[in-house]
Amino acid sequence: MTFLDHWALSGAIFIPIIGAVLLGLVPRRAELTLKAGALLASLASLGLVVYLMARFDYSHSSRFQFVVNNQWIPVIHSRYHIGLDGISLPLLALSALITVLCVIYSWDHFPEPHNPKAFLILILVLATGMNGTFSALDLILFFVFFELVLLPMYFMIGVWGGPNRQYAAIKFFLFTLFGSALMILSFLALYFKGGQTFDMIALRHTIAAASLPTATASLIFAGLFIGFAIKVPMFPFHTWLPDAHTEAPTVGSVILAAILLKLGTYGFVRIAIPILPKAAHSWAPWIGLLAVIGIIYGALGCLAQRDMKRLIAFSSVAHMGFVMLGIATLTSFGINAAVFGMVAHGLITGMLFFLAGSVQERYGTRELSRLGGMLLQAPRLGWILGFCAMASLGLPGLAGFWGEFPAILSAYDPAAGLSLVTFRVYMAVAAVGTVFAAGYLLWMLQRVAFGVVKGEFEHAHIHDMHVPEYLAWAPLLILIVALGVYPNLLFHMTDGAVKAVTVGVHAATGVAAGG
Amino acid sequence: MLLAAAQTAAFHVPNLDYHALAPEIVVASTLVIVLVADLFLNDERKWVLSSVAGWGLLAALIFVVELGARGHHASMVGGAYVVDDFALVFKGLFLVVGYIVLLMSSRYIEEGDYYQGEFYFLLLCSLLGMVVMGSARDLITIFVALETLSLPAYMLAGWRKRDLKSNEAALKYYLLGVLASAVMLYGMSLIFGFTGSTLLTDIGKATQGEITHAPLVTLGIFFITVGFAFKVSAVPFHFWAPDTYEGAPTPVTAFLSVASKTGGFVALLLLTYVGFLGRSDVWGPMFWVLAALTMTVGNLIALRQTNIVRLLAYSSIAQAGYILVPFAVAGSNDKALHSAFTASVVYLLIYAAMNLGAFAVVIAVARKTRSGDIASYGGLYEYAPGLTLLMTIFMFSLAGIPPLAGTWAKLFIFRAVLDSGTPSAVALGVIAAVNAVIALFYYASIPRLMWMNPVPDEDRTPIRVPASLQAALALTVIVVVVIGIYPQFFARLGDAASLVR
Repeated sequence: MTFLDHWALSGAIFIPIIGAVLLGLVPRRAELTLKAGALLASLASLGLVVYLMARFDYSHSSRFQFVVNNQWIPVIHSRYHIGLDGISLPLLALSALITVLCVIYSWDHFPEPHNPKAFLILILVLATGMNGTFSALDLILFFVFFELVLLPMYFMIGVWGGPNRQYAAIKFFLFTLFGSALMILSFLALYFKGGQTFDMIALRHTIAAASLPTATASLIFAGLFIGFAIKVPMFPFHTWLPDAHTEAPTVGSVILAAILLKLGTYGFVRIAIPILPKAAHSWAPWIGLLAVIGIIYGALGCLAQRDMKRLIAFSSVAHMGFVMLGIATLTSFGINAAVFGMVAHGLITGMLFFLAGSVQERYGTRELSRLGGMLLQAPRLGWILGFCAMASLGLPGLAGFWGEFPAILSAYDPAAGLSLVTFRVYMAVAAVGTVFAAGYLLWMLQRVAFGVVKGEFEHAHIHDMHVPEYLAWAPLLILIVALGVYPNLLFHMTDGAVKAVTVGVHAATGVAAGG
Repeated sequence: MLLAAAQTAAFHVPNLDYHALAPEIVVASTLVIVLVADLFLNDERKWVLSSVAGWGLLAALIFVVELGARGHHASMVGGAYVVDDFALVFKGLFLVVGYIVLLMSSRYIEEGDYYQGEFYFLLLCSLLGMVVMGSARDLITIFVALETLSLPAYMLAGWRKRDLKSNEAALKYYLLGVLASAVMLYGMSLIFGFTGSTLLTDIGKATQGEITHAPLVTLGIFFITVGFAFKVSAVPFHFWAPDTYEGAPTPVTAFLSVASKTGGFVALLLLTYVGFLGRSDVWGPMFWVLAALTMTVGNLIALRQTNIVRLLAYSSIAQAGYILVPFAVAGSNDKALHSAFTASVVYLLIYAAMNLGAFAVVIAVARKTRSGDIASYGGLYEYAPGLTLLMTIFMFSLAGIPPLAGTWAKLFIFRAVLDSGTPSAVALGVIAAVNAVIALFYYASIPRLMWMNPVPDEDRTPIRVPASLQAALALTVIVVVVIGIYPQFFARLGDAASLVR
């Protein structure tokens, strides 16, 4: 392993936070230096991720690569253990990319109360937390990174957010913290049951060897489930999401939707299912049920919204429902679809939140009833909104399709031992959900972009796209098309790694069926 | 019989290891120098005293580090005074805490209408008692150390002589402190009467032997524990703490809530893990009740506070509750015994840094706002972003949010709880977890005010923080952040300091 292979991953994780510390030393008035510094740090991190992607051995995507495994806290046998496989690599890339785009987008529209210094520092700290979570292979390390994103996002919503920001921020904070309290309890339980180790890979074997009583395993899984489900968010735990999204500044919403929600689903795929496959198997029908409830509930929620951003937030609940349905099938087909869905949702919903932010900035409102005729006033913005709505509703040929359609299809044939009838009912319900999705997205598009300009904005000067918007959106739009036309770009990364996850499920359920 | 033995035995000059005693000797000499120099310095030059005291503490600290690095251990006076890793870790802690308190108080005392020379003298006296406490291994030495650290603290609490609140603070603290000492002393006399020795190791052997179930031994352990429960302000023996903390000058409050409390915990560690090791049936349930009450009551009352110092007072009561948790679960098996000891030591080390840091910010902010009202922290971020960031770090560290040092303090406690694994231990763990969530409300409310609320009086003049206070802030925040990233450093100290082998 060359020097750069060894350090690139750690660099991609920690360069943003080092950048944040350095920005802290720059005086508040030197805005250009601050912006350039933040851009540089995030670009450096992205550059290293691109290097990692180039060096990644795609024929062995199930193997963890660029592994660094050093002592960290020997007293509790926790190690600094990081590495990438085919599941974490695309998510890490997404996270590094979104960070850069957020810095570019903020270039000259920092939300009130302005203060670019603090805002950029928060973005960079978030980046370290997100990149680290996708790379960690030690439960304690994972927990630390997972929690590291909490405070910056809390402040981002609470300081730069909308009128109801304090309520939204504290709600987000308490929900997530409650989840992580249960999560850390489950981690500790795994530690004690799995031979005093926090290593995710080792735990797969030690927990299997320990053959836990069903009740214990179920309980541990429940703790993980609630911790991750709050972050996703799944149906009954989702109530923080619309508030947080509506009040958060544009960049906050983008990061929240594109990356933070994936931390939850990633936790299922990386930790909960491989380590506790049997418990996952017995929980799968319930996860699937909550997933389809989320699909329908999110869609109905969308139809009742009057605020554009809130509508997109509820659509996230629905889309993450598809991802969770794919995961609940416990098949490699379903989980591949889920990982694709995570990336696609990150790109598309990230874009939609950017657009909502730009609409808010131009019109000073996001209320659907006051908007209209954007195609007349800002045609490029309007067409991009149309494009993203199409991508989001799952139009074939765009990225959204490959997350949604295979996830539905995978429910036709779930893992051995899961009830076929149940999952086929889920499949039918989820398919209905796609129709709703088309409904609310087209409805939004029609209200915002079509029709005539409403009286109050008739003589307003609405600027079409700015340079930072071109720069920030182009990569996302290109990727949405590229992944839509050639989905194998992603599937050939994830497939091998996903198979390694489902192998454990097969082994465990085989035992369950035999014994 | 014992008396007869004492009369016939000839007096031997104890064989002292002066190298091992160097920290104590340095602190004692410094305090004499400060006392004498005070007489010859006029008012403009009194500041010299604080630097003399500071240099003295640093010199003592160098000796502690040197002794630790060499692994120089000593046992003196028949095992009553021991210098080992446990002693050195806590001596180091007390000296560093003393130094930081000195940094916090030098301007505060200089600018106020206070008696500088005496202040530093008393502070050093109290520190001397603490340094001795680290090495004390018999009941008498523990008692002497405890009184040496407490008596100056009573006077320091009343330092704002013309302030009625400060008078009340000192009087309350004094009366209850003396009551606690009396109760404790009575317990010690019972233990001595039954075991025939004041040495902790002898007591440890005896309480595991045939007299172990004598009811009066149980009573003795009970009294001693209650006495120390006062010292560490455990509920229901806590009621002096908020008034005292609010009335005392803020640097003194920081000193009381960190150093003095740690002194009490050091004694508790010695007594439970060495002296009464075999009687976990007595102290286990006692600590369980104390821990559960202290956490819960401290946190619940903290929720309602409007004064920042009172809030920190109740928070420090609650924190003492967390530190008591490992004591309650230590007795169930050998593994839990080890991890509980480590957990208490690690918690004390981390608690010192984050709590001192929070008080340092309070002192800095009070320089401008002249008030302890929590509402006066509104919009602090607009004119003091640095202090705001620091306070945010300290508050979230106290709350236990990763990746700050406080997380690991809590994690070590939960590890001890799970190592014990008994239903009662797990129940206590659940109570602690619920409390951590309750505490988050008030810890998070301070950052929320500072970052998200408007400035109450529209006065945005920046706060000038004196250099010494800046140094105190820097030291504490570095510890909180570095230990947050690399907790192994304190974990190793906690392991090395262990008295249970």
